Amino acid sequence: MRNRDFSFWLFLTPVILSLSLVILVPFVYGFIYSFTNWNGMVATEFLGFKNYITLFKDAEFRASIWFTTKFAICSVILLNFLGLGLALLVTRNLKTNNLMRTVFFMPNLIGGLILGFIWQFIFISVFGNLGDLLGIEALTGWLSTTATGFWGLVILTSWQMAGYIMIIYIAYLENIPKDLLEAAEIDGASSFQRFRNITFPLVAPAFTVSMFLTLSNSFQIYDQNLSLTNGGPFNSTQMVAMNIVKTAFTENKMAFAQSKAVIFFVIVAAVAITQVYYNKKKEVDM
Amino acid sequence: MKDKKRNLIIIEIIGLLLALLWISPFYLMIVNAFKTKKEIFSGVLGLPEGFETNNFVQAFQDLDFINSLFNSLLITVVGVGIIILFSSMAGYALARNKSKLSGLILLLFVAAMLIPFQSVMIPLVSLFSKADMLNRAGLIFMYLGFGSSLSIFLYHGAMTGISTSLDEAAIIDGANKFQVFWHIIFPLLKPISVTVGILNVIWIWNDYLLPSLILSDENATIPIKMFLFFGQYTKQWHLALAGLTIAIIPVIIGYFFAQKQIIEGVSEGAVK
Repeated sequence: MRNRDFSFWLFLTPVILSLSLVILVPFVYGFIYSFTNWNGMVATEFLGFKNYITLFKDAEFRASIWFTTKFAICSVILLNFLGLGLALLVTRNLKTNNLMRTVFFMPNLIGGLILGFIWQFIFISVFGNLGDLLGIEALTGWLSTTATGFWGLVILTSWQMAGYIMIIYIAYLENIPKDLLEAAEIDGASSFQRFRNITFPLVAPAFTVSMFLTLSNSFQIYDQNLSLTNGGPFNSTQMVAMNIVKTAFTENKMAFAQSKAVIFFVIVAAVAITQVYYNKKKEVDM
Repeated sequence: MKDKKRNLIIIEIIGLLLALLWISPFYLMIVNAFKTKKEIFSGVLGLPEGFETNNFVQAFQDLDFINSLFNSLLITVVGVGIIILFSSMAGYALARNKSKLSGLILLLFVAAMLIPFQSVMIPLVSLFSKADMLNRAGLIFMYLGFGSSLSIFLYHGAMTGISTSLDEAAIIDGANKFQVFWHIIFPLLKPISVTVGILNVIWIWNDYLLPSLILSDENATIPIKMFLFFGQYTKQWHLALAGLTIAIIPVIIGYFFAQKQIIEGVSEGAVK
């Protein structure tokens, strides 16, 4: 018995040590420091809620929260629509199934930073070039306005992540019993009816998973934001993650940035927990 | 029946067109990487007139590509290696020891996944800088901390399918816990190790923010070098695109050889 307890702790030590030093201790420290005038090295004064009050008055921070929220809503809707669509496409009996899966998934393997640079070229040069060629004014000047920067980010991340969401939906689609669909077809159900009454309810759990992933991912996006627009023009496409990084490492306001980081944690955790709770409840009803 | 076949062909054509659209960003990147600055300005869609390989030579040198490739490989391989080793050990210990404490520890790891990186980033960097650990070893240790939660969760799930009678038989034969794990359990966990490995390779290989805060320039990974390189060549798309092309070549080679395992591994990880 004693022997088992010893090996139990021996097996867990490396991961507990790293989790503690990398996440738990910094998390607690960060929380405490957010109430002080910490400069990254020392804190000399306890400020109470002063950082938090300043932060709620900070128009740029509020704008970044609003921008991130809008972005998250758009990408969740678009990604699930695209992901399910692609999954339905590549689970048919097509000769090029595997090729298509390979292609749709490919952007996921390449980092957001690099993909952002590629799309910067596409939005600025390719769109600009095509706009001049075809005489479509709307195609020129991309990423130079808030709206085009926003949609640029949505397009980039949807293109990147749709293949991942597709994989999740495929896994659930392939678990649907074939005879169920065949029986419905023999009974005369149209393909829309089959989708509506059989396929859709059975892939609903996939929606929970992919919504969790897309939501928490959208809220935390940084690399794509940095390489595509770098927050410009005039910080109007700056997401919360970038706002925190800049406050800390460009403006050197560590305690203030940390109070933003605490609020950021509260938002991400609240969104994730609410979403899983809500979706789980809905799944049972079906 | 004939109608159905025609429908399938139409769907296949739509799918292929969509796939073409999907890879067009890569096409545009590669094609323009071979052009001169002037050629890119006058047209981006067509093939280059004379293949400008000098772009690649310069990008290769400025990216210090051999060095950054080595750094990326070193950090990814060692980081993923220790994540696989220590997470599988932890998943095994937690699954075999069914107590309240085990449940609580597992819950702690899962709950840690809710904490976004930016929420701990600033104190983390400060703490590790005080310990003089802002280097590759420190970075790899951090990857274990950030990567172990999901990995332990996956290993813990996979352990439920492995019978305890295997452990017991080996113990009777005189093996100690570590021998049981290493010779019997770990080989059986291979499918989930592949999944854990793939998910963590994709993440660590592409990570930008964490290494950019930790590593000095001479130890820069590919994403960090790419960021610096891009800043140097803004508006010089011929060089920037050649650099981007070089930077993603290792990934494309890896995907070419292991696409089946990658897609299966990701779907295994996504469903759990």
